[in-house]
Amino acid sequence: MEHLQFEFECSGNREDSQQATLSGVVSSGNLEVMLENADLNGLCRINVSTSAQGFGEIWQAVLNDFVARYNLANLQISINDGGATPAVVCLRLDQAMEEYLEIST
Amino acid sequence: MSDLSGIRRGHSYYEATARDRISKLLDSNSFQELIGPAERIASPHLEPLGQPCSFNDGIIIGTGNLNGLPVLIASQEGGFMGGSVGEVHGAKLTGLLERAVDEKPAAVLLLLESGGVRLHEANAGLIAISEVIRALLTTRKSGIPVLGLIGGAYGCFGGMGIVARCCDALIINEEGRLGLSGPDVIETTMGVEEFDSTDRALVWRTVGGKHRYLLGEVQCLVEDDIEAFRAAAIEIIDKVQPLSLESLEQENLVLSQRLANYGHSQDGAEIWGAMGIADPQKLPLMDIPSFLKAVEGKVQGNL
Amino acid sequence: MAIKKWDTQAENRRARLLRASSVCKGKIVPADRVTALFEEVIEPGDRVCLEGNNQKQADFLARCLAQVDPQRVYDLHMVQSVIALPSHIELFERGIAHKVDFSYSGPMGTRMAQLVADGKIKIGAIHTYLELFGRYFIDLTPKVSLIVAHSADRQGNLYTGPNTEDTPTIVEATAFKSGIVIAQVNQIVETLPRVDIPGDWIDYVTQAPTPHALEPLFTRDPAQISEIQILMAMMVIKGIYAKYDVNRLNHGVGFNAAAIELLLPTYAQSLGLKGKICRHWMLNPHPTLIPAIEAGFVESVYSPGSELGMEDYVSARPDVFFTGSDGSQRSNRAFSHAAGHYACDLFIGSSLQMDLQGNSSTVTLDRITGFGGAPNLGADARGRRHVSPTWLKAGREAQSGLSTTPRGRKLVVQIMETYREHMQPAFVERLDAWEMMEKTGMELPPIMVYGDDVSHIVTEEGIANLLLCRTEEERNDAIRGVAGYTPLGLGRSHSAVENLRDRGIVSRPEDLGVDHRMATRDLLAARTVKELVHWSGGLYQPPKSFRNW
Repeated sequence: MEHLQFEFECSGNREDSQQATLSGVVSSGNLEVMLENADLNGLCRINVSTSAQGFGEIWQAVLNDFVARYNLANLQISINDGGATPAVVCLRLDQAMEEYLEIST
Repeated sequence: MSDLSGIRRGHSYYEATARDRISKLLDSNSFQELIGPAERIASPHLEPLGQPCSFNDGIIIGTGNLNGLPVLIASQEGGFMGGSVGEVHGAKLTGLLERAVDEKPAAVLLLLESGGVRLHEANAGLIAISEVIRALLTTRKSGIPVLGLIGGAYGCFGGMGIVARCCDALIINEEGRLGLSGPDVIETTMGVEEFDSTDRALVWRTVGGKHRYLLGEVQCLVEDDIEAFRAAAIEIIDKVQPLSLESLEQENLVLSQRLANYGHSQDGAEIWGAMGIADPQKLPLMDIPSFLKAVEGKVQGNL
Repeated sequence: MAIKKWDTQAENRRARLLRASSVCKGKIVPADRVTALFEEVIEPGDRVCLEGNNQKQADFLARCLAQVDPQRVYDLHMVQSVIALPSHIELFERGIAHKVDFSYSGPMGTRMAQLVADGKIKIGAIHTYLELFGRYFIDLTPKVSLIVAHSADRQGNLYTGPNTEDTPTIVEATAFKSGIVIAQVNQIVETLPRVDIPGDWIDYVTQAPTPHALEPLFTRDPAQISEIQILMAMMVIKGIYAKYDVNRLNHGVGFNAAAIELLLPTYAQSLGLKGKICRHWMLNPHPTLIPAIEAGFVESVYSPGSELGMEDYVSARPDVFFTGSDGSQRSNRAFSHAAGHYACDLFIGSSLQMDLQGNSSTVTLDRITGFGGAPNLGADARGRRHVSPTWLKAGREAQSGLSTTPRGRKLVVQIMETYREHMQPAFVERLDAWEMMEKTGMELPPIMVYGDDVSHIVTEEGIANLLLCRTEEERNDAIRGVAGYTPLGLGRSHSAVENLRDRGIVSRPEDLGVDHRMATRDLLAARTVKELVHWSGGLYQPPKSFRNW
């Protein structure tokens, strides 16, 4: 298992959601993504636990693009990953974010 | 848009995740999760083995309403380690059943999808299964119906197969499978000549929804549609008979008759023929309404 | 001066048949005498064709051949479409054969690689199907061919049934060049449903103890189609099929192709494309094409082979499929692949690896797999002369701004997720094919589809239109632009890719008007094999390994 943490400075605000949202299922080639509010001084923090070792740079690149798309501050994202491809990771992140924004508004 | 009329209806139970099944089975927006993912009560045993954990350890539990009646509900996620029962997973299920004794809901719904005990935490899982069975029987004894719903890709096997048969009633779709040893396990231990687990038609004739229904082990056979499961669950709650010595003795009688009648049979279809069903070979290919019509009056033990 | 004899081959054939008369009288050979027959009619050094493609197999004759006495029969030069069975390998292990010309060796690829390394197999060449068939008539004509059919009558007439496949080609090459043709059949009957091969082209027939092997190779369970594949299929339909009015096409086998087929009655229908795209196909009878046929998209399908379980469905749709007077399908691999190359406007297929030039390969290092038909189907037909709107439009795009003689272009589309399972990148600096070449001493790297034949690359990130690229650098940027988070994709210049987007060379889903939120499994016309059966009105009978009822 590999544990990675990424932090991004973000400026975007949103209505506070009281509820954490969870998307996806941890299985081979798949992942679960949980989004929660957190007081992070404007940061978006992303924790990844993954069974696929040695792909930190690819996670960084995927998450750079994801954060650039939404730019949401004070957001904790937690990922349990069963070795998903970047395509699947991007899809789940977008699905989780869409659900989260739906609940927030 | 597409013409799928008569081909597909509603939302597939088979395809849905554990969470989707709950939200579409219960009255809308009534579900309140207990020990949700944000509490991060995950298995402590998987990390040392290099396995990813899940924030809900493969089972979602909570409260909600079914047709206005308060229920407790648990839903196993087959996608996470085959819905296997580890320490946390089992404790959540046991806790939910114990809570039922205190809260006295109209029913407990168990959405079962599991290969049984999680081998990575086998001792804890085995103990958990027995705790679940004890809690389930205590719940039934206190007059609360426990319904099992089966219909996911991973089936319901091993210890959870036993748990399923401890329920008051079971609802299954055609795709659902119920058994003790799974097809692969049987092939591995008994040999491919005894049981070819890649012969999926044989697998379904042996452990599939229709066969379990015909044997009277499952009380309701429904379309692969969450709405159909919901309708069946609503209907069945009222019909559940309280657990009693007489009902157990009756069940024992049925089982010993079954052994006497079909114990020598080599194949599911042979049993169906012995039950007096015409053209038993055709049953697997029938849609659910035609099937139920074809077997009407031949099945014991269905509500 | 001695008088030159011009019929030595025919004379040799007569001598062999005479020797064989000690084993059997007449055309019908008992199954337990087949090995003995081989020892009489096959001579050391013979070129022997063993029929079997990736669907039907002359498996009984292969087993019998592997049992001949290697003191009597040895040094054979095998010519065969596919090396697929353990008995095929045994021929080399036992020293019965030493050389092979073939096309594909999927399941036995690893054993092949070992035997080549051990010097037990000498590979003449690895061909495409059409090349191998072509050489049967030029310089690799079989002396003895061991073929397979469904049934025979007492005169040796053969009924191949839906899986005609390679049989007519092999028999034609052998029977008309003084060769000997031996057929295994499932049954010998009084009257055949129809005659697929005339009996006077056949020397011997045997009824095999068990029906010949038949693999359901083109069955893809819709349950395994992912949302990513659905998204890519949406892009293909809107960004390529609709844009170029693609009506004559061939699909490779795989889940990407299955996803496209299953989106025709739903997504393509919603775009108003029925009757406008995908009307004529060169395709095996894919079960996943059933919904599109039933929905009225498909006008005709011509097939290289058949598919297990599809027989009744095909028979019930003679307006769509090619069927005989008896009602059952007839296929033909040689004709199909010629049609796929020259008569289709589009090929779409998947690959394991692609490099920056767009070359793709399915080679992995420890296996020799071969080519099959993809290189011919997935190549621009330079010899083509007839026009179609699709072909002309592609040609115009490829030549816009250039002062070259106008001509058309075939659309050759490669579709793949940027990473395969277990995080294997699909886009690589150097194909494994190069290392395979160096390891095995090949003259060329085994490339499946050459980059200069590829017109479009589709990944989950979007579509790269290589027709519009004018320089090597632009092609590289376009490929990087859809290569996702692979090392090649990460090496992109963002400004260059944005520039290509402005020019329509790289298109994202949103550029095509494809909403990624629609890319769910609900969009599939069938999500399960059972739904395919429903679509077929109960005519499709899926193999038991694909049922869950």
